[in-house]
Amino acid sequence: MDDAYFLLKAKGICKAFPGVKALNNVEFELKPGEIHCLMGENGAGKSTLIKVLTGVDPLDAGDIFLDGKAIAPKSPHHAQQLGISTVYQEVNLCANLSVAENIFIGREPLRFGSIDWKEMNRRSQELLAKLSLGIDVTQPLERYSVAIQQMVAIARALDISAKVLILDEPTSSLDAQEVEKLFGLMRKLKKQGLGIIFVTHFIEQVYAVSDKITILRNGELVGSYETVNLPRVQLIAKMIGKAFDGFESSCKTLKLDILQESRNNFLRVRGLGHKGSIHPFDLDISKGEVLGLVGLLGSGRTEVARTIFGIDKADSGEIAIEGQTVTIQNPADAIQHGLAYCSENRKTEGIIENLSVRENIILALQAKVGWMKYIPKKRQDEISKKYIELLNIKTAGPEQLIKNLSGGNQQKVILARWLLTEPKLLILDEPTRGIDVGAKVEIQKLILSLAETGMSVVFISSELDESVRCSSRMAVLRDRVKIAEISGDEMEEKYIMQTIAGV
Amino acid sequence: MMEKIQSIWNRFTSSRLCWPLAALFFVLLFNFFFTKDFFTIEMKDGHFYGVTIDVLNRAAPLMLLAIGMTLVIATKGIDISVGSMIAISGAVAASLIGGKLEYVDGVKTLVTLVPMPVAIFTALLVTTLLGMWNGLLISKVGIQPIVATLILLVAGRGIAQLITQGQIITVYYKPFQFIGTGYIFGLPFSLFIVGLVFGITFYAVRKTALGMFIESIGINAVASRFAGINVSKYIFSAYAFSGLCAGLAGLIICSNVSSADGNNAGLFIELDAILAVSLGGNSLDGGRFSLVGSLIGALVIQSITTTIYALGVPPEITLVVKSVVVIVICLLQSANFRKIVFSKWAQKRGIPGEKNAAKL
Repeated sequence: MDDAYFLLKAKGICKAFPGVKALNNVEFELKPGEIHCLMGENGAGKSTLIKVLTGVDPLDAGDIFLDGKAIAPKSPHHAQQLGISTVYQEVNLCANLSVAENIFIGREPLRFGSIDWKEMNRRSQELLAKLSLGIDVTQPLERYSVAIQQMVAIARALDISAKVLILDEPTSSLDAQEVEKLFGLMRKLKKQGLGIIFVTHFIEQVYAVSDKITILRNGELVGSYETVNLPRVQLIAKMIGKAFDGFESSCKTLKLDILQESRNNFLRVRGLGHKGSIHPFDLDISKGEVLGLVGLLGSGRTEVARTIFGIDKADSGEIAIEGQTVTIQNPADAIQHGLAYCSENRKTEGIIENLSVRENIILALQAKVGWMKYIPKKRQDEISKKYIELLNIKTAGPEQLIKNLSGGNQQKVILARWLLTEPKLLILDEPTRGIDVGAKVEIQKLILSLAETGMSVVFISSELDESVRCSSRMAVLRDRVKIAEISGDEMEEKYIMQTIAGV
Repeated sequence: MMEKIQSIWNRFTSSRLCWPLAALFFVLLFNFFFTKDFFTIEMKDGHFYGVTIDVLNRAAPLMLLAIGMTLVIATKGIDISVGSMIAISGAVAASLIGGKLEYVDGVKTLVTLVPMPVAIFTALLVTTLLGMWNGLLISKVGIQPIVATLILLVAGRGIAQLITQGQIITVYYKPFQFIGTGYIFGLPFSLFIVGLVFGITFYAVRKTALGMFIESIGINAVASRFAGINVSKYIFSAYAFSGLCAGLAGLIICSNVSSADGNNAGLFIELDAILAVSLGGNSLDGGRFSLVGSLIGALVIQSITTTIYALGVPPEITLVVKSVVVIVICLLQSANFRKIVFSKWAQKRGIPGEKNAAKL
């Protein structure tokens, strides 16, 4: 028996989905009165672990102990009865019901067989008072801010069972003040002896509130650490999976010669921002430059691209292209100004799955020239054949439906779509994600050769070595703020990680 | 030679139009055996006359609606207000033309309140504007298509009655009756309207990039927007066009019966229009579409209706018969259903099921 007492203990947890080992022999321990952060990049296994703990998915192997007793939660409801409650990122309450109804839905206090409204409202008021929340419980939930809604969800969870509380990215839609309020509540609950599992992408918040950190990577446990003993850089390194010492920059071979500082500015962005997704930022991109956007997932990399490209209409700031101030209201405007954006969500924002490879390739060019100027079928065939050959796209032919292609080849088709518009600035968001190594290198080479021809490229990647290899300069983002620019000799992984971590 | 036939046959069976054509073929085949004089065409008073001509003539409004509806459905939308727009179009035209009997210079003559072209133009303008209203609600305000067009479905008949002041307006003006009952080169004039609208639409969607954009939007609106397509503009236009088609259909129907009935003109025809698109092999989920398929679908529906009347099916069960036929056709068109049925059938006969089902 350990000298420490564990409220929740998971041992040797294994969980596989078809083709993926989501969790491999993972351990997890939670003490009472502890706020325990679960960290890891996307696909690390955080959500799978939570799903297993709360009975959403059955586990393949391993044991879960709650209060020293072995448990096997069969459903979220069952887990709740056992004492494990979860509050999700998206508040899943009924916005149009009253606060009290939301707290007691499904277990309303009854009196002579009908709902005892008075009792329900009284108990709700009491419950919220315990959390120092004095709101009118008879009002519909939607009257209150997301933060309050979040807290109502917590109140509900606590009233049902109060041993372990899981908060799955509760702060992603809250502003700074609301986050502070939530943290106050978490500290209060902690004092009451509750064990809290906290999942978040925001590094600052981890250090603000947590006692312990458990890091997962690719379904494996990296380790559990006391928060005070784990510097930020170490945390990031462990999440991304790069040891600092002995790290070899084997990738320099591909890198371009240091770009001449020919400040031939192409794009100039000043104070561009979009409320709720990215704080106002400045950005300059020269002709023939590959600018890397780095930062953790959710740090605002994609949001920068979306705002420049007019997908999210900027609510502040301005963009100038080649010295001319331009208005970009939507992607169509951006394309007219020579911009192109290859989204990270290939399936939902890239391919048109039931159209052929040919149609997918010419789509953006056709949209650029307008529907009246139909590109003749013969020309379309020539173009698509040319790009299929050029980018080595593996397809039965231009008339093959794009949905029948592999991920890497679909990515190349989208790339072809944008190259065809002859963009002056190409924004690539995770262009190499989920594709095999061979295709990855091909795409990286292509990016570099495009830059040599004078095209500007914004390159977003979660893989730091890839960013270092391809970029001539980098902008670093953290918590939706652009915090630094890195160029020249500073562009090596250790320094970048330190910048991302903010030390 | 055999190989060539085989390859043509394979191309036909794998084409999207195979099943709609087969459905039409079977309905016509049935008529060939069971309906007297179905295919007889005579020349009377200088124009063709017969059941098939009648089917084509009666199908004209439905075909027009189906053309508009096809584009709307291809954008992953739906327009259930076309029936009401038919009523409005008829009401506007009829009340503008009016057509009182008056004595001009002692001769009994029909006069119109406003010149007929103005009346027609106004009716089409009104329904196009109503279509734009639908388009606005859907593409700009973001209301779901079925809800947005439901508004006009319900309110439209009220508007129509407001225009006719609750009366059924009868139009005596002869030139107006030509639209629905006139003949050119021995064929119903309404068919020329359909032909013209179809021709223009077909050209627009297949000889310009319009068709590809519409399909792209129907398959993935987000990705289409990211590729630089002005998604809301095209969705808006599709509904406006559907309104125009409904306006034309309304003129034909109104002219055909020489009256505008706000309550009953085009009642439930929106459902037939959607069915026509569906029978034409188009997915209600949007994306790829075939205008020809929708026309065939409209013809199938009208053929069934005419057949039922021709056979003298008691009026109280005509709808049941029609629905049974439609269900059978729909099931036959469903690839899943065919797979289940034919693979069982093939198993019984000891033929490898998968391969056969795939061929079918």
